Amino acid sequence: MKIAVCIKQVPEGDARLVIDADGISIADADLATEINESDQYALESGLRLAESQGGEVVVVCLGPDRAEEAIRRALAMGAGRAIHLNDPAFQGGDAAATARALAAAIERENVDLVLTGLQSDDAGWAQTGPILAARLGWPSATLIMEIEPEGDTIKVKRELEAGWFQWVRLPLPALLTIQSGISTVRYATLKGIMGAKKKEIAKVTPADIGLAPDEVGGAGRKTRTTRLYVPEKTTGAEIIEGDTATAVATLVEKLQKEAKVL
Amino acid sequence: MAGAIWAITESGDDGLKSISFEVIACGQALAEALGSSLEAVVMAADGSAAAEALGAKRVDAVRVIEDAALAPYTPDAYTAALAQAIEADSPSLVLFPHTYQARDWVPRLAAEVDAGFISDVIAHRVDGDETVFVRQPYQGKLNSDCVFAGDGPNIVSLQLGAYLADDAAAGDGSAEIVKQPVDLDGAASRTEVLETFQEVADRVDLSRADVIVAVGRGIGKQEQIPIVEELSEALGAQLAASRPVCDNEWLPMDRQIGSSGQTVTPKLYVAVGISGAIQHLVGMKNSGTIVAINKDPNAPVFSVSSYGIVGDLFEIVPELTNQIREAKGTG
Ligand SMILES: Cc1cc2nc3c(=O)[nH]c(=O)nc-3n(C[C@H](O)[C@H](O)[C@H](O)COP(=O)(O)OP(=O)(O)OC[C@H]3O[C@@H](n4cnc5c(N)ncnc54)[C@H](O)[C@@H]3O)c2cc1C
Repeated sequence: MKIAVCIKQVPEGDARLVIDADGISIADADLATEINESDQYALESGLRLAESQGGEVVVVCLGPDRAEEAIRRALAMGAGRAIHLNDPAFQGGDAAATARALAAAIERENVDLVLTGLQSDDAGWAQTGPILAARLGWPSATLIMEIEPEGDTIKVKRELEAGWFQWVRLPLPALLTIQSGISTVRYATLKGIMGAKKKEIAKVTPADIGLAPDEVGGAGRKTRTTRLYVPEKTTGAEIIEGDTATAVATLVEKLQKEAKVL
Repeated sequence: MAGAIWAITESGDDGLKSISFEVIACGQALAEALGSSLEAVVMAADGSAAAEALGAKRVDAVRVIEDAALAPYTPDAYTAALAQAIEADSPSLVLFPHTYQARDWVPRLAAEVDAGFISDVIAHRVDGDETVFVRQPYQGKLNSDCVFAGDGPNIVSLQLGAYLADDAAAGDGSAEIVKQPVDLDGAASRTEVLETFQEVADRVDLSRADVIVAVGRGIGKQEQIPIVEELSEALGAQLAASRPVCDNEWLPMDRQIGSSGQTVTPKLYVAVGISGAIQHLVGMKNSGTIVAINKDPNAPVFSVSSYGIVGDLFEIVPELTNQIREAKGTG
């Protein structure tokens, strides 16, 4: 089974987010990054399938030079090789533009299955996976919590709302978007990290995958972000100040006398 | 005149879902601001009851797309059906609820009809001739303004609870109910639906708890769970968690609060080391009194809380446990 796993490099969950001078993105300087959480689960699922079914995992990532750090991490976890869509023309795209580029790269690879995370922790469109499937002309299923390969078909468990689930079957090739928590994500071992240095990362430009620069990135997008900002607080908590003991004492008193819940 | 605004509703086994009226409410506001007509759209195997309920609202028409292939839901059938309707009638703007089902097929639809798609929108405003949609990227820590780069068709999905179902104004009953013919014979669904079920039948029912202490990823590791367990005991509370805590198996899955877990409304909800992503908030924001303890003063959880303490949970929670015990005379 040949599996492509799409990963995105995003700011770490705890990273301090500084809005860039352009007013629409996060400043790169000193930004701590990681592989998007649900993409880590997608990668783990791909690695497990390749281990149980035989085959290889190819990591596909669209991002600037710094995304190589995320790609190396994925290779250290066990992916065989990587495709890095890295060109200024790819930058500034929305989900539609990114999915078009990913589709063009993956089409050349003859894979049986594409796995993506269910959404990114930064932009959070929750669109790239299913658009990519549509561009490839393949069936897709989202929010996947279990995968059972069956040869030419695949049985997957979709998460629905409020604790409900659904098993569905899809013919291969297909695309799945993976939900966090599907399995336990492995750590890269020291051996893995050393081995990753020798693995191939193919750098790809729009021309390499048969696309014109104006079909991808900022030129190929259908939506535009005009401003990124800290939301104004209209409602919210009464923040209780003071050292720990004082703040806690005030809180307990408020819970007793104001809220009357103790 | 520009094409109509379509408000796409969602139906389940029990008929029309109430979230549909949130889409109608947004559609009414947009139609008024833009001078467009508004049409509610039903997609179902049998849409008559839904059409009647929607026809009572202030909409210009209810479009009913009925086909046996639309139940059970599959992404291929839904995409094919609505793509045909959009191509036939060219709406200017198509609104959806940002449900798990919409996540599954609406991006495919956007690709199919080559539409722009702004997803998970919390608000809109009309600035001259530009309609701006507000989103919450970076897990709700920041806001962004988004506009469409092309003429359409354009697609928007609305975050659950961003618009109020109660704001969907009633109409005078003049809405025309139109059957929209679609041909799904050639568009066989590739998805075979096997079984739909609820996972844990004998799960703890957190919805009955008066007091809940919920712990998030801020707790760091499983070995530190006892810190919140003690607070929970002191308060006579049920212990609950955000998703990453359950994903990491620090607490069992049936303790999860949020869109994929349980929805609760206790008298007191104490959120410890939880950032307050929307998928968590939908499960607890209607609790009576909410207390948040978080080291990040900008954590979105504070926006739904009554009281907050900004600081290190490893200092605050043990102190809180002690003082609660004293206050209750059990210390
Ligand atoms: C389709 C879908 C469904 C989902 N369903 C759910 C759901 O049902 N329930 C759910 O909860 N989530 C759900 N999620 C995930 C959700 O988007 C968030 O990722 C999740 O809620 C984050 O959990 P958290 O707040 O515990 O972790 P984080 O967002 O990582 O936040 C941890 C917080 O802890 C704080 N912190 C860290 N250390 C300390 C310390 N020492 N002292 C004080 N504070 C500290 C940090 O400041 C931060 O705010 C879903 C996501 C999707 C896309």
